Amino acid sequence: MGWIGRQACATLGITLLLSLPGAAQAQTTLNALFMAQAGYSEAQIREMTDAFQKAHSDIQVKLEFVPYEALHDKITLASGSGGGYDVVLFDVIWPAEFAANNVLTDVTDRIDAKTRSGVQDGAWTTVDYKGRSYGMPWLMDSKFLFYNKAMLEKAGISKPPASWPEVIKDAEVLKQKGIVEYPIVWSWSQAEAIICDYAVLMQAFGGKFVDDNGKPAFQTGGGVDALNFMVDTLKNGTTNPHSTEYLEEDVRRVFSSGQAAFALNWTYMYDQANNNAKESQVTGQVGVIAPPGVEGKSTVSTVNGAMGLGIPTGSKNKDAAWTYITYLASPEVETKYASAAPPIWKAYYDDPAVKNGPNAALLEAQSKSFASLFARPFVVDYQQFSTRLQQALQQALLGQASAEDALKSAASDLAGG
Amino acid sequence: MSLSGAEGTSSLSPSRLARAAAGVGIGRKRRALTARGRLLLILPLMAVLLAVIGWPLVDTVWLSFTDAPLGGATGNFVGIDNYLRALRAPGFLRALGVTALFTVLTVSIEMVLGLCVGLLLDMDLKGRAFFRFLLIVPWALPTVVNAMAWRVIYNPDFGALNALLLQLGLIDKYQSWLGSPATALFAIAAADIWKTFSLVALITLAGLQAVPRELREAAAIDGAGFFARFRAVTLPVILLPLSIAAVLRMIEAVKVFDIIWVMTRGGPLDSTKSLSILIYQEAFSFRHAGYGASLAMLSVALSLLLIAAYTRALRGQPRA
Repeated sequence: MGWIGRQACATLGITLLLSLPGAAQAQTTLNALFMAQAGYSEAQIREMTDAFQKAHSDIQVKLEFVPYEALHDKITLASGSGGGYDVVLFDVIWPAEFAANNVLTDVTDRIDAKTRSGVQDGAWTTVDYKGRSYGMPWLMDSKFLFYNKAMLEKAGISKPPASWPEVIKDAEVLKQKGIVEYPIVWSWSQAEAIICDYAVLMQAFGGKFVDDNGKPAFQTGGGVDALNFMVDTLKNGTTNPHSTEYLEEDVRRVFSSGQAAFALNWTYMYDQANNNAKESQVTGQVGVIAPPGVEGKSTVSTVNGAMGLGIPTGSKNKDAAWTYITYLASPEVETKYASAAPPIWKAYYDDPAVKNGPNAALLEAQSKSFASLFARPFVVDYQQFSTRLQQALQQALLGQASAEDALKSAASDLAGG
Repeated sequence: MSLSGAEGTSSLSPSRLARAAAGVGIGRKRRALTARGRLLLILPLMAVLLAVIGWPLVDTVWLSFTDAPLGGATGNFVGIDNYLRALRAPGFLRALGVTALFTVLTVSIEMVLGLCVGLLLDMDLKGRAFFRFLLIVPWALPTVVNAMAWRVIYNPDFGALNALLLQLGLIDKYQSWLGSPATALFAIAAADIWKTFSLVALITLAGLQAVPRELREAAAIDGAGFFARFRAVTLPVILLPLSIAAVLRMIEAVKVFDIIWVMTRGGPLDSTKSLSILIYQEAFSFRHAGYGASLAMLSVALSLLLIAAYTRALRGQPRA
């Protein structure tokens, strides 16, 4: 063996020696899927994950972010092709489908009694299906009614509206006085976002998505009233007509640039619009309330927008995945990032330091909303249900059919399978 | 008269080419490969092609005759039920219409625009090299980036297009281009045309290099005007490359997905839901893998028809 050969052997030997401690402490790599939209931001999730990895040197987490619209299909596709992810973020409307199709692991036995009782009831609906849990709730949310305090003041309106008809009355005043051209902005694009806005109004008008047998019921009573209400606001010019192509982020941009007095959106908009001067021209002017009801029918209107973290059935690192999930959903982590997404823990909302903190108004709105969260239907074919209903809603909003006809036709399609 | 610029290669007779390929005349000491030897050499590639194209294709065809859901279960054989259901479904026919309109619109405008720009850049212009470079930029952009950029341009509250049209006095208030079923598909088509007409222009430009200058000059001296020269001298040479560009663009347009997905996801009111988006939704969002596969096969059949029509058209043309 020549000099080069000896050198090579020595290098190889040293490398092997150095790699031994690493081999003794086996590394687990988790692949995790999150969304880059509403809720915790990508930067915040990376920060949480870095902190987790510092505390658990044996676990590495690879993060992937997709838009909300791609989340469901990404999880489904990964499960169809035999795995890929160890941790996935999922929406409150999917557990029925994911449980029925064996997409997510049943983690009921991993959840202890203390956690079970410490977490808000509305959060459990995110992960539970037929008495079993398919993940850990991670964030609570509902849509809130945001308003521009300065605009209302300028219009001589002293307090936020107490009912939906009052929202319209205020909006008409704002429009008449020329303070803002289109006072209200919504996310009425052909997407899940429109269903969430419709759900809020449906609860306000006392409607139901489905009856007790799971058959469509939105084509009667409150469901029709809610859609007629939406159509009317477009007709009287109080709603921004561009809402039919908007998602939540568009709503945030319009509201934050001072082009709307009212907006319906998730919690995350509060911090972005009120406190982030880089993103908003209306900082310090943002008011927030639980969306009101309609006299004689309701006092508050909401939509359950909670999300959970689950372990796909194909994962080979379920224990490490659960360790990561419980860390992300711990009271400490959730409290630290509460301005982006409301915590799942009951104790957070009773903490005096939080109650009297800078986000007191938001907390009050959250407490009121979370007490009566309105759910979208728990049906296995939810995607199909939602897609057909999105079409019907847009049909009426774009003036191609009356609210009654559009909803009736969708209901008969869905009832017929 | 032959206008061929490719005389050199076509003068090699097929038998000489075959002998060259088999090693005859290149290295006389080497033995020619036997038929079995040649087969052995292409076998690995055949195996790879079969695995990555053949098998999935066969699997999809089989899937299209079953009611299989996505992931796991194999489903039952249902014959041609999926196909019958597709042909009767208003959603399928509508998506077919959207796809056809999108294809006709984008391909025809891209061809005309590409041809004009190609001809323009073939002229002796100042800064021609710079304009030729600029031409590549939109085509080199990833589709998703292009789609996002156009979403911003079309934005109904902050968009540049609305500002421009308002200042020109063409609209009296900002419009929701992607939010109205009457305009959404056209808005997407415009974004697609902006990105891909340059491909046609580039191919035209490349084809124009084969037009002999003497011929054009001779035609000019003979008193032929611009259009006469274009029809008699230029067009016959660039017709073949143009046809190839048209086939390529048409196949791309028939399977359009990404630009629509990023800009409208098929909305508003399904006015931009192309065949590919419908297939994706059925197979992956709704988990109807069997039905989705039958839709995909119908889409493939449509593409095959187009390809066949064009192959025929190409065969009928004079060789350049």
